[in-house]
Amino acid sequence: MHGKQPAVSLRNISKSFGPIQANNDVSLDIYRGEVLALLGENGSGKTTLMNMLSGIYYPDTGQILMDGKPVSIGSPKDAFDHGVGMIHQHFKLVNVFTATENIVLGLKDEGGFDLKAAAAKVKKICDDYGFDVDPNQKVYDMSVSQKQTVEIVKLLYRGAEILILDEPTAVLTPQETDKLFAVLRNMRDDGKTIVIITHKLTEVKELSDRVVVLRKGEYVGEMVTAEATTQEMTNMMVGRQVTLNIDRPDPEMKYRMERIRVKNLTIKNREGVTKLDNVSFSAYTGEILGIAGISGSGQKELLEAIAGLQTVESGSIEYNVDNEQVEQLIGMDPLKIAGMGVVLSFVPEDRLGMGLVGSMDLTDNMMLRSFRNGLSPLTDRKEPRHLAELVVDELEVNTPGVDTPVSKLSGGNVQKVLVGREIAAAPTVLLSAYAVRGLDVNSSYLIYDLLNRQKGNGVAVIYVGEDLDVLLELCDRILVLCGGKVSGIVDGRTTTKNEVGLMMTKLGGGEER
Amino acid sequence: MFDFIISFIPRAVAQGIPLLYGCTGEIITEKSGNLNLGIPGVMYVGGICGVIGSFLYERTLGGAPINPALGILIPLISCIVGSMLMGLIYCFLTVTLRANQNVTGLAMTTFGIGLGNFFGGSLIKLTGADIPSISLTATSNLFRTTLPFAGSTGWFGQVFFSYGFLAYVAILIAIGASFCLNRTRIGLQLRAVGENPATADAAGISITRYKYVATCAGCVIAGLGGLYFVMDYANGIWSNDAFGDRGWLAIALVIFTIWRPAASIPASILFGGLYILHLFIPTGTDLAVKELYKMLPYIVTIVVLVLTSLRNKRENQPPESLGLPYFREDR
Repeated sequence: MHGKQPAVSLRNISKSFGPIQANNDVSLDIYRGEVLALLGENGSGKTTLMNMLSGIYYPDTGQILMDGKPVSIGSPKDAFDHGVGMIHQHFKLVNVFTATENIVLGLKDEGGFDLKAAAAKVKKICDDYGFDVDPNQKVYDMSVSQKQTVEIVKLLYRGAEILILDEPTAVLTPQETDKLFAVLRNMRDDGKTIVIITHKLTEVKELSDRVVVLRKGEYVGEMVTAEATTQEMTNMMVGRQVTLNIDRPDPEMKYRMERIRVKNLTIKNREGVTKLDNVSFSAYTGEILGIAGISGSGQKELLEAIAGLQTVESGSIEYNVDNEQVEQLIGMDPLKIAGMGVVLSFVPEDRLGMGLVGSMDLTDNMMLRSFRNGLSPLTDRKEPRHLAELVVDELEVNTPGVDTPVSKLSGGNVQKVLVGREIAAAPTVLLSAYAVRGLDVNSSYLIYDLLNRQKGNGVAVIYVGEDLDVLLELCDRILVLCGGKVSGIVDGRTTTKNEVGLMMTKLGGGEER
Repeated sequence: MFDFIISFIPRAVAQGIPLLYGCTGEIITEKSGNLNLGIPGVMYVGGICGVIGSFLYERTLGGAPINPALGILIPLISCIVGSMLMGLIYCFLTVTLRANQNVTGLAMTTFGIGLGNFFGGSLIKLTGADIPSISLTATSNLFRTTLPFAGSTGWFGQVFFSYGFLAYVAILIAIGASFCLNRTRIGLQLRAVGENPATADAAGISITRYKYVATCAGCVIAGLGGLYFVMDYANGIWSNDAFGDRGWLAIALVIFTIWRPAASIPASILFGGLYILHLFIPTGTDLAVKELYKMLPYIVTIVVLVLTSLRNKRENQPPESLGLPYFREDR
């Protein structure tokens, strides 16, 4: 493969945002007909680098060569003209438009404006590569994986030769991921060049031909995937030796007690659509109960019901104070539930918006939990400030100080603040959703560690996760939701990824018929 | 009853045309994601600029007969220039400087009405008349010229042909805007800018250009509504504050029509009818009841708001990024 003329060469690229150096003197080559994985932790500058290739940003210094000739890419349109297209983590689609309207958006075809002809062309591309998209479907009616497909078709429609995908599998189920990878391989065999940005090593192994590693905005090395081991890649990415296994201490059987018992829980949303259907399970002290499922299968509703934030259609949620006293949580005031030690830390897709106020500083965000304490009409700022400092210290939050608005922190640090505050409340039940959403390996491990410590303290932890590998390594038991129903509860130590994946898409698992 | 309807419809239409201009202009503006609450001010400025132009022209005539072409073109161009300047100020503040759109819009309304009343007052001083108004009869007669066969076709002509040319222009603009928004590439791109500017930007569409052009075009269209009001509806008589709350009604009409220019043609006539209904309903001497009837257009708007939010269809929602500034490197 080497020795050929690279399709794209980046030479000595640097880019900074204010005082932050996002990329420093990065050089790399991309060859035709290969799948290149760009690997690195959060904030290592992978996305910024590719944004410069796709025209979102302009490099401060350095040069981009295409087929050996220097080019200037000042806008996404310039990038299209050079055959480069990028699929961003947050899809760039207009919700009220159809697939076709989104695909032709911004194009200046010669001749008249003919949506019918465009739809036919879209259909042909879909048939050629085996995509499953209706050209006339509105985007707001589509699933996440369909939206992603529209993005890919959009690039192909424009005749893109080089496709950049930014963490394409973050929102997909394992089955959808397999389908995506199959399509990407098809496209590679068709001569297209594909760059995927990822921090998931399994994907690098499975899909890529070559891997380039970035660390703190700098190029640290590259490997041919087939010749590299996962451990080597991790070490290169993190810069030091790391252990890849998540600890899973056995639960203390001695104190094990049923803490939360959910029976026949049914929840309908405001439109009357059933979000949870007859769900029953128990959560025990000193264990981590994982909840797996395609996003939107009722995870959010389940946690909110336990925290008292959801209107419940029918069923019961019991909280065991000790073996004699049992409290019914349904209908109870959320404040009172929180007072009993049930805390919820939900990290939504945009990472802010639930639990933290972006424009307020760390201290004020800590106060959101404690401002009702005490009888004085004035709030106590000293203690929250102390707590904020403690969280910053303990969790290695990277911030100029506790007076910085949280929206200025990077995603990982925001999450640490959120989880740190909830844990500081000394909970008996910790409801944690997507705690590591978008976090890099290092920060994720810190969070797993925190959860394990809570488990050791006898807290009943309920962990909603996206990454199946993590769920399998971290959780003692895994409850799988499928369309609001319990598809099954499996032992985290003995189950396999395939089994859970099938249960996520089909009640009770089993092979496709 | 038939005679009543025949005399009611032309008056409802004449009331509705300024609203139709304002509404079409605001829809085009809002489709680009700019919520221009300065429309009442822009319409006011459009009106006064036309008045200034034709006032100065009529004075230079000094009794000589008016040249029809100049008599129409001078106020028309003054009006277009004046309202476009308002649009440019609004765009410069909200798009280039990313000021808050609501605050800017409300300021533009206050500014526009103040500007109109200031120049209106100055011109009234110049005429030296006893009554506080300016009368531009010659110009108004040009704007009010109807089709030649309007008078000879009975009730049909009264309902359909008895208006000045600006009324037909308003309807043509609304139909054109509807076609442009829904059937052309430019319309698709404009809607994308208002729905999701980041997406449009990534597709290579210039957000700044679309916002500027759409907002300025919207302001020009709305300004024509002010011109129509003075020159046609009010018989060329300008008096301060006569325009009333028609600008706000035009914005209410945008919501009423759920951002569809074609629907705003019948809707504006309906609103015009509701606006003057109190003149036609015998209420005796009780003036309070008349005031209640004046609420009708607003009540209808609220009812429509409730109904559309109940139906909760995605297409019936305002453009997704309406009122939000766009900055590419914002995180």
